[in-house]
Amino acid sequence: MASIKILLDKCTGCALCVKACPFGAVRMADRKAVIDMAKCTLCGACAAACRFAAIELEKAGGPKKDLSAYKDVWVFCEQKKGVIQSISFELLGEGRKLADKLGVKLCAVLLGSGMEDAAERLGERGADKVYLVDHPSLKAYQDDPYTEVLVKLAEEYKPEVILCGATTIGRSLVSRVAIKIDAGLTADCTGLDIDPKERLLLQTRPAFGGNIMATIVTPNHRPQMATVRHKVMKEAPLQGGRLAEIISKAYPAETFASRTRLLDVVEEMGATVNISEADVIVAGGRGMGGKENFSMLEELATVLGGAVGASRSAVDADWIPYSHQVGQTGKTVVPKLYIACGISGQIQHLIGMQSSKVIVAINKDPDAPIFKVATYGIVGDAAELVPALTREFRRVLNKQ
Amino acid sequence: MNIIVCIKQVPNTTDVRIDPVTNTLIRDGVESVINPFDAYAIEEAVRLKERLGGKVTAVTMGPPQAENALKEAIGLGCDEGILVSDRKFAGSDTWATSYTLACAIKKIGDYDVILCGKQASDGDTAQVGPGISAHLDIPQVTYVKKISEINEHTAKVERMTEEGYDIVETPLPCLFTVVKEINTPRMPSLKGMMRAKAAKPLKWTADDLEADPAALGLDGSPTRVVKIFTPEARKGGEMISGAPADVAKELAELLKGEVL
Repeated sequence: MASIKILLDKCTGCALCVKACPFGAVRMADRKAVIDMAKCTLCGACAAACRFAAIELEKAGGPKKDLSAYKDVWVFCEQKKGVIQSISFELLGEGRKLADKLGVKLCAVLLGSGMEDAAERLGERGADKVYLVDHPSLKAYQDDPYTEVLVKLAEEYKPEVILCGATTIGRSLVSRVAIKIDAGLTADCTGLDIDPKERLLLQTRPAFGGNIMATIVTPNHRPQMATVRHKVMKEAPLQGGRLAEIISKAYPAETFASRTRLLDVVEEMGATVNISEADVIVAGGRGMGGKENFSMLEELATVLGGAVGASRSAVDADWIPYSHQVGQTGKTVVPKLYIACGISGQIQHLIGMQSSKVIVAINKDPDAPIFKVATYGIVGDAAELVPALTREFRRVLNKQ
Repeated sequence: MNIIVCIKQVPNTTDVRIDPVTNTLIRDGVESVINPFDAYAIEEAVRLKERLGGKVTAVTMGPPQAENALKEAIGLGCDEGILVSDRKFAGSDTWATSYTLACAIKKIGDYDVILCGKQASDGDTAQVGPGISAHLDIPQVTYVKKISEINEHTAKVERMTEEGYDIVETPLPCLFTVVKEINTPRMPSLKGMMRAKAAKPLKWTADDLEADPAALGLDGSPTRVVKIFTPEARKGGEMISGAPADVAKELAELLKGEVL
């Protein structure tokens, strides 16, 4: 069984570990660190923070496995209705860097039906190889066949790293795959890097609602799997004419069997409303005053080529559907520009948007917490300011 | 219909404050609550039971004090609570957590539906629900916003997607992870609160689970945290004031080159 202990001869009493513990389990007594085992979860944050190697986290893992058979960086390329989703290009962009650091190939994995042409074009996005499994049962995502196929591919070709979008599909799929192939999986990464010596994927992600960041590794299991959030990695540039080797795989019929059956796909909104993919989000809260005022947000969003978001109170008041909700019980978004209109900025809302590049806040209350995270703050009535912004942005953008 | 609902006790996010001097989390006095998404799973489980009869069992893995979350779940209408707790589970990542919960569910044995919140508010991984169904080798539907039809053999549900929703039919037993849109959780009744107070959740340790010891806790976790740090706190920026038209002009100027 795993254990943790303080090496008293090495502990200098600096208390760095006390600060590092996310669970408040470390305290100082007689100028030495003491761990409260009732609170400790063996997360290792204290050991990582200690500068004197005074905290020993021991894992009773088996012998170090031979992992040398695993190579290449894979990107699961998500397609919907035959269209490869933009998150896949973001992953290929990041995957290229990781593959180069490891000195291995970047491979795209594409599952679908009638995807041969799309597979060919993945070379132009940096893929050296494309594993293509084309079958009518893979046309739309279903957990069983997608899991089965990805498991089979990974077992045969043994990738070192598998990246996947932290999307509805991605999070459902790779969570299952990681269990089946006994791999480590880290969710919603916002930063990836390589430790070249150990060939480890350094996966950095927010935890506790973005209040702390954790870097996670998978030392003794392969592949190292990670899901990555939208909009945090740069899309791979298009390199016209660049070719990839296509490896087309066929499997027996039972591989594609699905216990669940997809009866219908209902699209409720236009493409502009997918807030997780939008570069610009214009979001409204209770301060918008009523449902009728949300149309002005839509107008501003349209001018900026963005989508409309909302706070929980606006959704709870039925001013806009739940799919637009940003925050803890809604979606986490990272647009280039987030314009918060009449949103006070409760912590639950901030969790979902505080990583946006530029935040503009409009609120009547000069003490509203939203101003604490805003790049630019405007004290005033959103119902007056939003139309003025729409007019001005339209004028500026028309000129360019 | 026998329903299992998996819940997690998490720190109440409304209480999370950052110490402005040390830039670390202030944890003193932070209250523990049921993960907000699990409240929808509990409510849906209780509604299914009310419609179809049967029993709802709430399961949680956590430290001894997580018993309170189970008591609360019983107050909201669950029939029984099981606390899976052992020092041997410490350091579990999502692989080991889903394995441990799957072992507990196997021990419960007779179930038709497993409900989980779509993710927990402290870890935000959304991996444990699908992990449990993978360990149990049963079908799953994630991000469920409506169970529109259900009988003892099959269910028809709506799965939320980025663009709208899918209508999916699944045989039972099946695991569903649910989103907020699925229902509005009830408040505990006075009777419920009395029940919660009197409730005595079962306690299972690693020995009760017939689990592979090497697959538990830190030992059974492929991933490992090597560094934890506080992100640079976002600082409030520039305030712009004036008539709406002037403010708009100034803002457009500031955003030029950056995002416009």
